Amino acid sequence: MSDCALSFAAVSAAFAAPGGGRYTAVAGVDLDVAQGEFVCVVGPTGCGKSTLLNMAAGLLQPSAGQVRVFGQPLDGLNRHAGYMFQADSLMPWKSAIDNVMAGLIFRGTSPVEAREQARYWLQRVGLAQHADRYPHQLSGGMKKRVALAQMLILDPRIILMDEPFSALDIQTRQLMENELLDLWSADRKSVLFITHDLEEAIALSDRVVVLSAGPASHPIGEFAIGLPRPRDVAEIRLTPHFVELHGRIWGAMKEEVLKGYAQSQGMARASGGRHE
Amino acid sequence: MNDSHTVPSGLRLRVYQLLVLLALFGLWWGLTASAILPPFFFGEPLRVLVRIGEWFASGDIYPHLGVTLIETVLAFAFGTGLGLAVGLWLALSPTAAVLADPYIKAANAMPRVILAPIFAVWFGLGIGSKVALGITLVFFIVFFNVYQGIREVSPVVLANARMLGAGRRQLLRHVYLPSAMSWVFSSLHTSVGMAFVGAVVGEYLGSAKGVGYLILQAEGSFDINTVFAGILVLTACALLLDGLVSQVERRLLAWQPGQGNTEKI
Ligand SMILES: Nc1ncnc2c1ncn2[C@@H]1O[C@H](COP(=O)(O)OP(=O)(O)O)[C@@H](O)[C@H]1O
Ligand SMILES: [Mg+2]
Repeated sequence: MSDCALSFAAVSAAFAAPGGGRYTAVAGVDLDVAQGEFVCVVGPTGCGKSTLLNMAAGLLQPSAGQVRVFGQPLDGLNRHAGYMFQADSLMPWKSAIDNVMAGLIFRGTSPVEAREQARYWLQRVGLAQHADRYPHQLSGGMKKRVALAQMLILDPRIILMDEPFSALDIQTRQLMENELLDLWSADRKSVLFITHDLEEAIALSDRVVVLSAGPASHPIGEFAIGLPRPRDVAEIRLTPHFVELHGRIWGAMKEEVLKGYAQSQGMARASGGRHE
Repeated sequence: MNDSHTVPSGLRLRVYQLLVLLALFGLWWGLTASAILPPFFFGEPLRVLVRIGEWFASGDIYPHLGVTLIETVLAFAFGTGLGLAVGLWLALSPTAAVLADPYIKAANAMPRVILAPIFAVWFGLGIGSKVALGITLVFFIVFFNVYQGIREVSPVVLANARMLGAGRRQLLRHVYLPSAMSWVFSSLHTSVGMAFVGAVVGEYLGSAKGVGYLILQAEGSFDINTVFAGILVLTACALLLDGLVSQVERRLLAWQPGQGNTEKI
C-alpha cells in the first residue's frame, strides 16, 4: 500500500539469547500507519515495543519480513522519521538550544539560520527562557520538551515515540500530551507512539494496537478510537465513550499483561532467559 | 560524625591552613635550631627562605624555572594530543584495539622513568629528553581516559544523534570527542602533575638547566638548604599549575552536574 507512511510486513526480530540460542522478541508483525494517522501501540513491558520502533527507525534490521516507508523498502536509517527515545537522549555537553539545532547543523544548515529556527522551536515548546541551560539543569519534563523540539525542527514526515512521557509525573505528563496533540494537529504527521499505558494510548490516538506478551509478540487486536478532536487528555478520560473503549481494550489486554507479568516473575526466579 | 556546619570554609579555612604551614615551619625550625635534628642533614628553615629570597631577588631562578615550565607545558601538550589521537583511533576501530591491547598494557606496566637515560642518549641533555619522558607519562593517562570516554558514550545519545542525521565525522565531533574530552579534563590534574614529574626527574637525571638541575648540583656540594629551597619552589609551582587547571576545568566542564548546584539566596 503506497498511501501508508509506514508499514510492517511479516516482520520478526530475534536476538542471540545470553545463554546461547535465540530469543524471538517479535514475530510476524503486520502493522500499517496511514499518512496523518496517530497510532498507539500498547503491550506489556518487555514484549518488544522498543524493538518494533527501532526497526521502524532503521536502527535495527528485521530478522525476517520487511519495513516499508512510503512504499519503499527501508534500507539503513529511516530518513523520513524523527525518533523520541524513552531514555535521556540529549547531548549533555550541549545547551538546550545547541541540542535543538543539532539536527540542522548535521544537515548542513548555516549556524545562524539553525540558531534562529531553534529559538522558534524552543519558544513553541515553552522553553524560550531556558535556551542556554544544559540538560542537567533542566527538569525531566523540560528535557522531554527539548527532545520534542529537537525532533520537530527537522520536520519529519513520520514521528516515532517510545514511551516518551513515562518518566514524568501525571500532571506534567498530561500537559505534554496536550502539547503534543496541539503540535500534531497543526500539520498531521504520521505518528507511531509506543506506551504501556492504555489510558494514554486511547487519549492520544486514532487507533490502538495491542501486542501480545513475548516471546514472539505480535498484534492481537486493533481498536479504532473515534473520540472527537481536538481533545483534552485530562477531560476526555471522564467521558462515557472513553470509559467504554477502555473497558473493551483492557478486556483484550488483561490476559497478556498477566502472562507477561508471570513470565517476568518466572524469569527472575530462574535468573535465565527463556530460549526457543 | 562531623556536622557539616562546623567545617570551616572560605577565608577562615585559608587562615587555618596558613597556620598549619607556619606551625610546620616552626616545628622544623625548633627541631633544627635546638640541634635535636642535625641541621647538616635537615637544613635550616630560615636559610632556606633566605635562599629562595635571593633566587627571586637576583633573578637567578627564572631561567631554570622557565626551562622546567616549558618542558612541563610541551610534555603536557604533546602527551595529551597523542593520547587523544591514539585513544580515539583505538576506541573507534575494534580490530586495531584488540591487536594493540597487549602492547598498550605492557607499555603502561613498564616503569617509564628508566627510559630517561635512553632519552638522554637519543635527544641529548637539553629539553628534548625531558619532554619525551613527560610525554610517556602523560600519554597513558590521557589515552586510557579517552578510550574509556568513548566506550562510555550512551547508546541512546548516539542513536539519537544518528537519527538526527549525524554522519561519521559529525558523530566524532559532536558526540565522541566531547564525551572523551570530559574524561580527559577530569584527569587533567593528574596529567599536568605527571608532565611536571617528567620534567623534574629528567633534569635530575642529567641536564644543564632547570630546577631539578639546581637541586642535583646542591646535593653534589652537600648544600642541603638549597635542596630544600628547590623542593619548596617546585611544590609552589605544582600548586600553581593545579590551581590553573582548576580554573580551566571550571570553564570547560560547565555542562557537567557539579556538587554545589544550588545557589544561596
Ligand atoms: N539487543 C538485544 N539483545 C538481546 N535481547 C534483546 C535486545 N533488545 C531487546 N531484547 C529483548 O527483547 C525483548 C523486547 O525488548 P523491548 O523491545 O525493549 O521491550 P519493550 O520496549 O516492549 O519493553 C526483551 O525480552 C529484551 O530482553
Ligand atoms: Mg521499551
